[in-house]
Amino acid sequence: MTYFADVAALARKDLRLELRARDTLPAMLLFVVSTLVVFHFALPADAGELAAQGLLWLALVFTALLGLARAWAPERESGALDGLVLAPCDRSAIWLGKALATFVFLGVISAVALPAFAVFFAPVSWETVAGVALANAGICAVGTLLAAMAAASRTRELVLPLLFLPLAIPLVVGGVGASISDDPGRFLAFLGLYDGVFALLCWASFEYVVSE
Amino acid sequence: MSTSYPNRPARGGRLPALAAVTALLVGLAIVFAFFVAPEDADQGISQRIFYFHVPIALTAYACFGWAAFKALLLLWRKEERYDLESYVAVHQGTIFGALTLATGSIWAKASWGHWWLWSENQLVLFLVLFLFYSAYFMLRFSIEEGPRRANISAVYALFGVVLVPVSFLAIRLAENVIHPTVFTRDGPQMTGTMFLAFCVAWVAITLLAYTLYRVELAGKRLDANLRELREALTT
Repeated sequence: MTYFADVAALARKDLRLELRARDTLPAMLLFVVSTLVVFHFALPADAGELAAQGLLWLALVFTALLGLARAWAPERESGALDGLVLAPCDRSAIWLGKALATFVFLGVISAVALPAFAVFFAPVSWETVAGVALANAGICAVGTLLAAMAAASRTRELVLPLLFLPLAIPLVVGGVGASISDDPGRFLAFLGLYDGVFALLCWASFEYVVSE
Repeated sequence: MSTSYPNRPARGGRLPALAAVTALLVGLAIVFAFFVAPEDADQGISQRIFYFHVPIALTAYACFGWAAFKALLLLWRKEERYDLESYVAVHQGTIFGALTLATGSIWAKASWGHWWLWSENQLVLFLVLFLFYSAYFMLRFSIEEGPRRANISAVYALFGVVLVPVSFLAIRLAENVIHPTVFTRDGPQMTGTMFLAFCVAWVAITLLAYTLYRVELAGKRLDANLRELREALTT
């Protein structure tokens, strides 16, 4: 069980860092609310609720991107990642810890974004809430790995959206489908499938991203 | 990385012969597609792009699959040469993917009067893949050369083969809800000659991709060897 203790310690470290420094979370919260306000003015007056549902997903994905770009910033500064890689723990634990911490951040964002969306645009169904939870898991799994890749490059913040958006398309399809379809079960199942497949792939391949 | 001399020059002699056979087959495919295969009763001349569009698309898939296979070998065996092979395969796949988008778009314009149709699942999938693999180059060229870059490129190439079925499923799911299905198309109802023309074109395009792959690989290896020599001379 040391593996899960490592994961928990790493995730706790990230949460504590955020609680003390408050670098990322307030920025993400402000961003998601600002985006929703911008979307109100971007939509034509008679666009209706369906179009707004799609924009909710855009806001969530872009806000997640904002957070993911900073995900490995604490490790990058002062070379903490090298220390973590050298530590006698399974390297996939580093990814899992980071993904869990990011999942908590996205949960906080969603807890603000969904009520804000309900106030500004349209009521939020339970299917949407379930879709957001499942999509958040997928975003964390894939996003933290891609962010680690981007952190190794010279153009960090620039390259991450390019890597992330094509992989986020299935999540947007699943999420929007769960929000507006008559049969949301299929879309929720699809989101679950995405999470399972990509979480497994990221878990197995993270080691190669951080080691030489 | 273990091998001391990873960039062995390609064994010469075979490449020109391969190129000659490829040129011959591509010529044969053009003859078959334009002169031997009968004209489609429904679509007329525009249907003939099918003999190139579909083989190019299948070849692009094959390239991405090949790249992922080489990436897996790299992560498994840690031999440096797989990195270059995987990269060249992604490069060829992206070129053929762009050609798929172009030929598909032309076909859509000729058949349905629109350059782009979101209801065409395969085309949309290729657009997603094209974006995904274009990002591969952005990522690869912003990381310093070395084992780290090889590993990251390999993991990204592996993501690609997983993204193909997942995206396809997503696009299939999306068309029912988000976009209404405007056109449905039955599988190509082919006569024997048409099928033969298709097969010839398929073999020709696959061989073309393989030849380009070998040529680019030979060139890139030459580059790498030259760089090593220059470094050895200057230091």
